[in-house]
Amino acid sequence: MRKLTLAITLILPMLGHAAQAEDTIKIGYIDPLSGGGASVGEGGLKTFQYLADELNGKGGILGRKVEIVPFDNKTNPQESLVQAQKAIDAGVRFITQGNGSSVGLALEDFVTKHNTRNPGKEVLYFNYAAVDPSMTNEKCSYWHFRWDASSDIKMEALTNYMKDIPSIKKVYLINQDYSFGQSVRSDARKMLAAKRADVQIVGDELHPLLKITDFSPYIAKIKASGADSVITGNWGQDIALLLKAAADAGLKVNWYTYYAGGAGGPTAIKQTGLDHQVFQLTEGFANSGNPSAMDYEKAFRAKVNLSLWYPRAVNEMRMFKAAAEKANSVDPVKVAAALEDLKFEVLDGGTGLMRKDDHQFFQPIYISSFGKLAANEPFDEENTGWGWHLVSKVDTPQAMVSTTCKMTRP
Amino acid sequence: MLELIVISTLNGVLFGMLLFLLSSGLTVIFSMMGVLNFAHASFYMLGAFFGFQLTKWVGFWPALLLAPLLVGAIGMAVERYGLRNTHKHGHVAELLLTFGLAFAIEEIVSMIWGKTPLDYRVPALLDFPAFTIFSTNYPAYKLFMLAVSVTIFVVLLIVLKRTRVGLIVQAALTHPHMVGHLGHNVGRVFMVVFGVGSALAGLAGVIAGPALVTQSDMAAALGPILFVVIVFGGLGSLPGAFIASLVIGLVQTFAVALNGSLASAFGPLDPAAGPSVLTDIWNVTIAQVAPIVPYLLLVLVLIVRPVGLMGTRES
Repeated sequence: MRKLTLAITLILPMLGHAAQAEDTIKIGYIDPLSGGGASVGEGGLKTFQYLADELNGKGGILGRKVEIVPFDNKTNPQESLVQAQKAIDAGVRFITQGNGSSVGLALEDFVTKHNTRNPGKEVLYFNYAAVDPSMTNEKCSYWHFRWDASSDIKMEALTNYMKDIPSIKKVYLINQDYSFGQSVRSDARKMLAAKRADVQIVGDELHPLLKITDFSPYIAKIKASGADSVITGNWGQDIALLLKAAADAGLKVNWYTYYAGGAGGPTAIKQTGLDHQVFQLTEGFANSGNPSAMDYEKAFRAKVNLSLWYPRAVNEMRMFKAAAEKANSVDPVKVAAALEDLKFEVLDGGTGLMRKDDHQFFQPIYISSFGKLAANEPFDEENTGWGWHLVSKVDTPQAMVSTTCKMTRP
Repeated sequence: MLELIVISTLNGVLFGMLLFLLSSGLTVIFSMMGVLNFAHASFYMLGAFFGFQLTKWVGFWPALLLAPLLVGAIGMAVERYGLRNTHKHGHVAELLLTFGLAFAIEEIVSMIWGKTPLDYRVPALLDFPAFTIFSTNYPAYKLFMLAVSVTIFVVLLIVLKRTRVGLIVQAALTHPHMVGHLGHNVGRVFMVVFGVGSALAGLAGVIAGPALVTQSDMAAALGPILFVVIVFGGLGSLPGAFIASLVIGLVQTFAVALNGSLASAFGPLDPAAGPSVLTDIWNVTIAQVAPIVPYLLLVLVLIVRPVGLMGTRES
C-alpha cells in the first residue's frame, strides 16, 4: 500500500506536468550556465526570458504562453546532447543555443537524427550565435535555422572595411582552438590575401577554448611580433581576459573582434584606454540610431540591467511568432516550412531574409567602435562612460554569401 | 626577442610562485600523513571566494589576513574530525574523503556565489603599472603577488629548517612514533600542519583571485597541475616542489611563446598528399600544445625517475 501511495505521489505531478506542457510552448535554452562560458550564457538566458515575458504580455504565440527552460551544457558537446535529450523528454520541441559551434554542430546532427527516428515528434533547433559556416554549408540541416551572421559573412564585412585602412600593415590572428576559431583564422588569411596582399600576417595563434585564465604570455607574444592590428573571434571570458591582459601590459594595437561587446569586454577596453580602436561586428547595437531599436534597448536595460547583446535573439523570437501565425500552428514541421524564405523587418531596421537554401538569416551588419560617446549616442556599456559608435554598415544584399548546402527535405 | 624572453620569464616565475604556494602545503601534508589531498585546490578556491566576500565587507588588506585564517581553520577541522577518523581505515578511505570533499566544496561554493565569474578586482592601491620594460607595462599587483610568494617561501624555509617547531615537524615526517614517545602530541602536529597547508592554499586563492578568474571551476582547473608539481619535485620535498613549480611555470609560459612545429623544423609536407591526420600533427605548434606539456613532463618523470627531482621515498 505504501509503495502504491509513493508511486502515485511520484507519478501524479508528472501527469500534471504533461497536461501543462500542452498549453505552453517550451523552448529549451541549452547554453553554458557554469564555467568559462557562463558569463555570456547567463546573459543570453536573461535575454530570452525577457523576450518570452514580452511575448506572453502580448498574448503569447497563438494564445499559448512561451516558457524558456534553461539547461546547462558547460560548453561541452557531449553534455549538450544529454541536456537536449532531457529537454525533449520534458516536452521541449524547440531548442535554442548559441555559444560554441562545437556544441552547435553536435546539436544540429542530434536534431537531424532525432527527427528522422521520431516522425511526428520533430524538434527544431534555433541557433542564435554558433557561426561556423559549415552549419549552413556541407553540414546543413533542414531542422536548423541560424539568426546570427555566419563567420564568413562577418569576415567578409570586416576585411572589406579593413582593406581601405592603409595604416594596417601587420596583422596578428588569435583565436580559440576549435571549429569556429579555425574558420575565423582561415577566412581571415584567405580574404586578407585577396583584398590586401601587402598586409603581413605576423602571428597566427590558436589557444584552448575557455581554459586560459591569464593571457599575458600571449600578449607578450603579440607585442614582440610588432603587430599593429589583431583579429580575433574570441568570445566569453576569452575576449574579456585577452583584453584585460592587453590593458595590464599596455599593448597599443587596433582590435578587430567579433564579440568584444560581451560580458567584461567593455570594462577591459576602457582600462586599455584605446579610444575607438576596438571594433566589433554585430547585427545591431545600442547606439545604432534606429529610434524603435533604441527605445527597445532602453526598456531592456531598465528591466534586465544588461545591454542587449543579442538583437538577433529578438529577431529569432519575433520570427518564430510570425512563422507560427503564418502556419497557424506551433507544430515544428509547419513552423519550419513557414520560416523558409520568410522576410522580416529586423530590430535595428532593414529587411532580413531566412534563405530557403541553407536556413541562414541574412540581415544588415554593423561595424562599430568602442570609445567616448557623441551627443546623439545615449548608451554606454558596463558603466564605463564609453559606448559603441557606428563605423560602417553593410546592407542585406551585400552581406549575402553563397552556399554549398544540399538540403535533405522531409 | 629579448623583450619576449624577459616578459615571459617574469610571467613564468610569477605563475611558478603561485603554484609553489599551493604545492608546498600539499607536499608537506603528503609526506607527513601519506594523504594525497584531492581537496587542496578546493581550499585555494575557498580562499579566493572568502577573499572576495571579505574584501566587500572589510576591504582587501584585512581580507588578505582573514581569509587564509578562515581557510586554515576549515582545514584543521577537516583533519580533526574527518581525516583522523578515517585514518584507521587506511589511505584509500582518506583519499576518498578528500575526493568527496573537493566535489562538496565546489557545489557549496556554486550554491552560495553562483557559477558565473565574480567581479573580484585588484585593490585600487595596487592598480597601476609598476614599471615599464621594453614598452610593456608590468602591473604592480603582479609584483605584489611575487613578493608575497617569495616571502612565504623564505618564512616557510626558516621555520622548517631553523626553529624547534620545524624540527618537530620534520621529525614527525619520518619518525612519527618516536616523536610521540618523546612526549609531543603528533596528532596536533598533523592538525596544525594540515591547517597551515590549507591556509597557504587559501592565501594563494586570495591573491590569485583578482589576477585570474574567481569562479566555481577554478579548483578543477588548477588541481591536476598541482599533482604534476609535487610528483615532478618529489613527493614530500619542499625544495623539490619549489624547483618544480618554477620549472612548470616557466615551461608553460615559454611553450606559449614558441611557434615551432614539425613543419617549421623539417619543411611542409608534400601538398600532393592532401590533408590527413598527419598534416594536423605536422603543423601543430608548440604554443598549441602548451597546456599538455606539464603532463608530458609528469609521464616522463615517472618513467625516468619515479621519486621525482628531489624525492627520497619510493612510495
